[in-house]
Amino acid sequence: MSPLLEVRGIGKQFGSVVALADVSTQVSGGTVTCVLGDNGAGKSTFIKILSGAHRHDSGEYLIDGSAVRLDSPREALDRGIATVYQDLAMVPLMPVWRNFFLGSEPTKGWGPLRRLDIARAKETTRRELLDMGIEIRDPEQPVGTLSGGERQSVAIARAVHFGARVLILDEPTSALGVKQAGVVLRYIMQARQRGLGVIFITHNPHHAYPVGDRFLLLKRGRSLGEYGKDDITVAELTQLMAGGAELEQLGHELAAFGEVAARIEEEVATLAAPVKSEDEQP
Amino acid sequence: MTVDQEAPARRSAAPERHRVRRVLARPEIGALVGALVVFAFFATLSEVFRGPAGIANWLDPASTLGIMAVAVALLMIGGEFDLSTGVMTGSTAIVTGLVATRLGWNVWLAIAVSLVFAVAVGFLNGYLVMRTGLPSFIITLGSFLMLQGLNLGVTKLITGTVLIRGLADVPGYHSASMVFASTVSLFGGAFRVSILWWIGLTALAVYVLRRTAFGNWVFSVGGDVRAARNVGVPVVRTKITLFVTTAVAAWLVGTMTILRLTSIQANSGIGQELIYIVAAVIGGCLLTGGYGSAAGATLGALIFGMVSQGIVYVGWDADWFKFFLGAMLLLAVLTNQFVRRYAEEAGK
Repeated sequence: MSPLLEVRGIGKQFGSVVALADVSTQVSGGTVTCVLGDNGAGKSTFIKILSGAHRHDSGEYLIDGSAVRLDSPREALDRGIATVYQDLAMVPLMPVWRNFFLGSEPTKGWGPLRRLDIARAKETTRRELLDMGIEIRDPEQPVGTLSGGERQSVAIARAVHFGARVLILDEPTSALGVKQAGVVLRYIMQARQRGLGVIFITHNPHHAYPVGDRFLLLKRGRSLGEYGKDDITVAELTQLMAGGAELEQLGHELAAFGEVAARIEEEVATLAAPVKSEDEQP
Repeated sequence: MTVDQEAPARRSAAPERHRVRRVLARPEIGALVGALVVFAFFATLSEVFRGPAGIANWLDPASTLGIMAVAVALLMIGGEFDLSTGVMTGSTAIVTGLVATRLGWNVWLAIAVSLVFAVAVGFLNGYLVMRTGLPSFIITLGSFLMLQGLNLGVTKLITGTVLIRGLADVPGYHSASMVFASTVSLFGGAFRVSILWWIGLTALAVYVLRRTAFGNWVFSVGGDVRAARNVGVPVVRTKITLFVTTAVAAWLVGTMTILRLTSIQANSGIGQELIYIVAAVIGGCLLTGGYGSAAGATLGALIFGMVSQGIVYVGWDADWFKFFLGAMLLLAVLTNQFVRRYAEEAGK
């Protein structure tokens, strides 16, 4: 079986600036491919090519084994490649179910009597969200009252419902706190379990490592290599991303700082000791 | 630890409280309470006010204002303003009047020409706003001033005065008048047919807004236009349709006005545009768009009608009317803000 999505030596230039060169990877159903890189590594160019916002200049882009050139995000969507952007494409003041179906509303009736099928829309919303493991109290609840993680999850559930086979998640955890990021990571695992191919873009190896099956590292528009989960540890991943030597230098600095800190701590402890014993006196 | 003990009790109380909040969070709730208070107030002070003749009397200004307020509310929910709505009730009447009295066309035909004119102006407003990306406040302020000048200039040029009259002598006047400007006697009150139009259009607007895909789009283009575009809502078409809707509403009110009076002043309707907006805001529309209610706007218009006539019935100086309206507006905006914050806490 050919992978859902594959790129071979793909590249993109803006004038004389090479934004991306010679990047290859493939995404199969039921796997999570993490694309890691620091700011300016070419992550956004890469996903814009995959999502149809940019056309690639070199290399090959294959969907279901056949080469494609996408001219718009709509085209990508029609082939089942859905992108969930950071800005989420949701209207905060509108209820969850209205947001869920915004732009693709289910209707019943005919001609001038064509109207929203509200019962079906609410029911579908509730079911799809439950399948993702999100329980909302009330589909009438405005999206603005959901937490950041829940909002991301609604966006993911929506993409899945509208026929996505490959989900591209653009930094879904970057604006979230630790707990909320955990919520989103869980939904990524849910999507994977449902057999979707997930491309998870992030600059945080600690978010990528627990959920990823493959790790594609980008730096200055080039691939630093692609690793399976068994080939690499989270420490190695971090080191590769930051650039080994730089991180080692940083490590020395931190260690030196640590020595200073330890000495200060010691002094504080000795100063505090007599005070404490005085306090204990009645 | 006390928190843990309270938790189950709180959870069981939550759905109940949630429902209460949801009712309170409806945008039109402030206007509904306001309308009841205003009615109770004037009804106790004046017997005429609560009689059939009185009711017919205050429903009349409420009806024409309500037709406009509903259309303006839709546009405001869609995130735009239209300052040319007031002057358009004059312009459309003037077009009808000139075509009928000067060209001698059948009144129905003149009304149709006027409708085409209204759709064109509405489309132009919407097209310019969408094309330039400028605030609709500025674009429609421009069309407002231009139309105001045109109304006066053209009327004077053709009639030599600032009044167009003699519509009653044109063929088709009586049948058109039946549809747009007749009165129905009921329980001793003379009710204007415009009240029926008003109720019908309010029901239509509520239906479209809450029960159709288009209504969903209206909320979305006002709430977050980028998000709407991202998920494939036809933003430009939706907004232009809303501008055309306000223009067509102005055409309806203009037609009612000229058929009722059989004549029209060149400065008719000017200054009303802000009152339409006030009614929509009292009805729960946010100035920033994306939130509001058609039924609320109608209630806002009802308050306006009751106050404007009620003040006369209780024998006060009519000068106080504007003060009262301003106070209502402030109160409504503050209530809306409070209620919305309260409602949003329900989700946290």
